[in-house]
Amino acid sequence: MSKPKVATTSLAGCFGCHMSLLDIDERILQLIELIDFDKSPIDDIKEFTGRCLVGLVEGGCANEENVRVLQDFRKHCDILISVGDCATMGGLPAMRNTIPLRECLEEAYLNGPSVYNPSGKIPNDEEIPLLLNKVYPCHEVVKIDYHLPGCPPSADTIWQALTALLGDKPVGMPYELIKYD
Amino acid sequence: MSNDLSAAVKEICLQHNNDRIYLMDILRKVQVDHGSVSDEAIDAIADAVSIPRVEVESTATFYAFLSKEKKGKIVIRLCNDIIDRLAGVDVVAKAFKEELGVDFGETTADGLITLEYTPCIGMSDQAPAALVNDEVITYLSSDKAREIVRTLKKTGDPKKLVSRLGDGNNASPLVNSMVHNNIRKKGDVIFADYPDGAGLKKALTMSPVEVINEVTNARLRGRGGAGFPAGMKWQFTRAAEDPEKYIICNADEGEPGTFKDRVLLTDYPERLFEGMTIAGYAIGAQQGILYLRAEYAYLSNLLENVLAKKRKDGVLGKAILGKKAFDFDIRIQFGAGAYVCGEETALISSCEGSRGDPKNRPPFPAQKGFMGHPTCVNNVETYVAVVRLIDMGAAWFTSIGSKGSSGTKLLSISGDCHAPGVYEYPFGITIKQLLQDVGAEDAKAVQIGGPSGQMIGKEDFNRTICYDDLATGGSVMIFGADRNILEVADYFMEFFIEESCGYCTPCRVGNVLLKGYLERVMNGQAEEADLEVMKSLARTVKTTSRCGLGQTSPNPILTTLAKFYPEYTKLLKTSKDGFKPSFNIQEVLQESQSITGRKSVHFS
Repeated sequence: MSKPKVATTSLAGCFGCHMSLLDIDERILQLIELIDFDKSPIDDIKEFTGRCLVGLVEGGCANEENVRVLQDFRKHCDILISVGDCATMGGLPAMRNTIPLRECLEEAYLNGPSVYNPSGKIPNDEEIPLLLNKVYPCHEVVKIDYHLPGCPPSADTIWQALTALLGDKPVGMPYELIKYD
Repeated sequence: MSNDLSAAVKEICLQHNNDRIYLMDILRKVQVDHGSVSDEAIDAIADAVSIPRVEVESTATFYAFLSKEKKGKIVIRLCNDIIDRLAGVDVVAKAFKEELGVDFGETTADGLITLEYTPCIGMSDQAPAALVNDEVITYLSSDKAREIVRTLKKTGDPKKLVSRLGDGNNASPLVNSMVHNNIRKKGDVIFADYPDGAGLKKALTMSPVEVINEVTNARLRGRGGAGFPAGMKWQFTRAAEDPEKYIICNADEGEPGTFKDRVLLTDYPERLFEGMTIAGYAIGAQQGILYLRAEYAYLSNLLENVLAKKRKDGVLGKAILGKKAFDFDIRIQFGAGAYVCGEETALISSCEGSRGDPKNRPPFPAQKGFMGHPTCVNNVETYVAVVRLIDMGAAWFTSIGSKGSSGTKLLSISGDCHAPGVYEYPFGITIKQLLQDVGAEDAKAVQIGGPSGQMIGKEDFNRTICYDDLATGGSVMIFGADRNILEVADYFMEFFIEESCGYCTPCRVGNVLLKGYLERVMNGQAEEADLEVMKSLARTVKTTSRCGLGQTSPNPILTTLAKFYPEYTKLLKTSKDGFKPSFNIQEVLQESQSITGRKSVHFS
């Protein structure tokens, strides 16, 4: 029987959650005994090659490409997990949610005190994905099965969740893994 | 100019002995005289009363009837509570807007009239209604609204708006109001025909402990809604060591759809003050405070007059009825438009001149209440019931009502019925009977106990009003067959969001989220899973808020989910691909597309 497949992605995140995943250190050898990675920055596969058991999503949705990728994950994954605070709540990027989009862009490219922009233009190449009016946590866009909070969730937390899911066992999270102060 | 303001404000402070305890009265007076409590006025008050500026500002900015921005000389506060909405407040609002040429929240250019919305003003039996300064205008229509504006523009005097007078004391020159009592059914306790003074006379022949025992044996429970045994509360307050004790009457009747206290304050104030005096005697208090909501300011002359007469008659003041050791007097403390002040600890904060923030319990007010002294807070109806109870005795009292709930209950009945008004029923009356009496047999739903209570449907109409079944502070709102239940729940959530004091995050934020989910359902964008999220969020708000407001605020959603589930499910969407129906990609890209001038690559 072939190994179950896991896909991962970072949407509007900082890749910190992926770093945390790599922090499982030598256990990654155990992990690849259990699973194959499909679409993921870890193996640099760009598009889904087939159905996956688990999708790990880091980051919320800030632009149209994030939405497309997230919907793609929902289509291909049986179980979708929001990993980290940006995916579960919008996180740091969502700080722009109280400010109108145009104002955000003007502050970033025209008015900010450290801006050097002789062209006086806001970048608008067609290669740049359109921004959404706000940053949305993943569960506002598609159905999310599990949430792993933390900024980032520790390697042990991710390990615990993944191995429980793969072993079809209830996720036992010791207090230390879900304590954040 | 500014020196004038400062001097005038300091004069107001001086009239109140520069005493912090009267901060609410000072602020109200400043608001009325100067149209606002400006930063300058706040400075002057802090200076005169010798308290930190931030204390004055935090109180001044908490209450709806106080404002930093300058209001017009006349403020029209149109009640937009659910019953008024059902009665057609929209057309009235439109007429006001057109005739004044300003929107809600704005003031006319000449600074004469400010137009505002306000939650329930206790007139649901004569909706739509509005307050024009202190005057109450009832049974509004679009024509009347236009006429009101014209009269105000011509005369500048809200008193000129009162055309025909109401019944009972409403017609008294001291009140001079068009409000109607609408007493539809008199029972044996509250509205019974008996002479004033008999209860107090009898109480003074008993020892204070005997009075408390009588109240305990009568199994009298608080009529405000929570239903705490009055005798027990009195006993705790009496037992507290501090000799300085207070009696407070909660007349902050803010639960939407309640107006029975209004009627008691209008036509039975003698009985109320008599009941408070009996409580003062039993507990050993020297001072009583009537905490009156600002919406009932039109009753203040009448109430002051009754108090003055009682002092003259020797039933208030020193050595009451010749009883040497018994001194007791009552003063009126006005609120300033805050629902949460109906919660007893918030009410005490407000009496102390602070923001109406609820306090942590324990210590309970019976141990440490007003200014840290033992305080007994009861509802208007509770004190009135005490008078009759003492006069007739506990055995008589327990013979009325049902097994666990003795006596009668006043119900304020409004909404889709033929005869809205105040009804006095013995506990144990069925909803079915009640609906028959008010002419609402075809009702689809009944909201018992106001927004914080519960909504029930036809299958529950055989249930009874009593503490063990359907407990209520008195609000009964009836909704007819064609009413949208979710719209009602949505309004109630809006009300709680507005009235939350903001201290506890679950209440401040959770209710906004709950309303968002409810709107999602109403817009046909919700899935079944969203209902589960709502339930779990509602439970969080209920269990993690510290006062009754937060603990009951999700009830409109929880009780309609429980009793009217099909109303929700018929609007649900199912999503086959796992994409949320509430997420509309075109909508959230619109702003970006207009800024960049290009279309989406992925979603076109």
